[in-house]
Amino acid sequence: MSRIHDMGGRLGYGPVQPQPSEAVFEQPWHARALAVTLAAGALGQWNLDMMRHARECLWPADYMRFGYYEKWLAALADMLVAQGVVCAQELRTGQAMGESPLATRRLSAAAVGPALARGAPSLRSAKAASPWPVGTRVRTLLPARNTRVAGGHTRLPAYLAGKTGRILMQHGSHVLPDSHAHGQGEAPEPLYTVVFDAADLWGQPERAGDEITADLWHSYLAPE
Amino acid sequence: MPHDHHDHDHDHDHPHALLPPDPALRVKALETLLSQKGLIDPAALDAIIDTYENKIGPKNGAHVVARAWAEPDFKQALLADATAVVAELGFYGRQGEHIVVVENTPQCHNMVVCTLCSCYPWPLLGIPPAWYKSDAYRARAVREPRKVLAEFGLKLPEETRIRVWDSTAEIRYLVLPMRPAGTEGLDLQALTDLVTRDSMVGTGLPQSPA
Repeated sequence: MSRIHDMGGRLGYGPVQPQPSEAVFEQPWHARALAVTLAAGALGQWNLDMMRHARECLWPADYMRFGYYEKWLAALADMLVAQGVVCAQELRTGQAMGESPLATRRLSAAAVGPALARGAPSLRSAKAASPWPVGTRVRTLLPARNTRVAGGHTRLPAYLAGKTGRILMQHGSHVLPDSHAHGQGEAPEPLYTVVFDAADLWGQPERAGDEITADLWHSYLAPE
Repeated sequence: MPHDHHDHDHDHDHPHALLPPDPALRVKALETLLSQKGLIDPAALDAIIDTYENKIGPKNGAHVVARAWAEPDFKQALLADATAVVAELGFYGRQGEHIVVVENTPQCHNMVVCTLCSCYPWPLLGIPPAWYKSDAYRARAVREPRKVLAEFGLKLPEETRIRVWDSTAEIRYLVLPMRPAGTEGLDLQALTDLVTRDSMVGTGLPQSPA
């Protein structure tokens, strides 16, 4: 059920290559790609969950061969067309067919600082009723999937599907990506950090007692 | 949909295939088109880039860590409600709306990953480095964290448990590394200078004093 982005635990990758003192942006166009994406996002025609889903819906071969910011650009182009902000003809020719009615929403240079400082909090209620206290044993949904939209966006990784863990933290009630990514509203739910024993995930852990945590919404879980 | 100018050998209708294949030209094409339509202001793009190249970066997180080392009350407040504490320091913002700080101890070493994308505490650490966004790190950090740490030159004592935090929601994690030995006399700035970015992700340790 999972898409190509769901990488946790996959085998076959080579070493991680740390570069302790690299530039913030390896290439000038990386910086432009990030900035164009953020500035276009400020038009308010999609939310973060929708954009994540657009990246996840790239053709798998594209997802794997694209670099990080190439994924961003491809998803941005797809989203701009899907939301009717630009049309395919404009993308093809690179020529605008007139000014957009959304131009009044354009992010100005002066508004950048406040917009970045404001962020987009997902917390909707700090005191959400959480029926499961810290320490509760819970089991995750199997298979990992969006239960509202077939093939839809979810934040339950496949490697954690059907596993038993224990609630470690409660975070109040947060916007549910499975709903929010599909225009079905924020549908906030209690969010928990759940801790899993590495042996329960991998069979043979690197070391007995190592742990993995993930932040999971109420509807991803059932009490054991 | 025609895409014969593109190097795809498959047939699909993703609009991004209409853009030029070279990524630098792709950005330029999008930026030009959106500017023509009045949707983006190139000066705003410059301001965004300047923010993450020059204003927001790991020095913010290093300041938080050094204060936690130096001031027990600050550390206690930070571990109890990091979002409120860092917001007071001006380190609230995009991709850092909900912060949790996790403390390394001799018993437990914390390490942060995002297996599904690239979630990272931007207001405290800036834009994530290439390795954090790499397929190898995303795939392997949860399954074989000790091998990954070895690739960073970090070998933990056998008695230390690893807890890997997979950032699957909007909670952003900052690791509070252990204060290095021999730093008792150092002032806040000297402590801050010892805190590396990787030590706050959990793939490294702070530097030792010279």
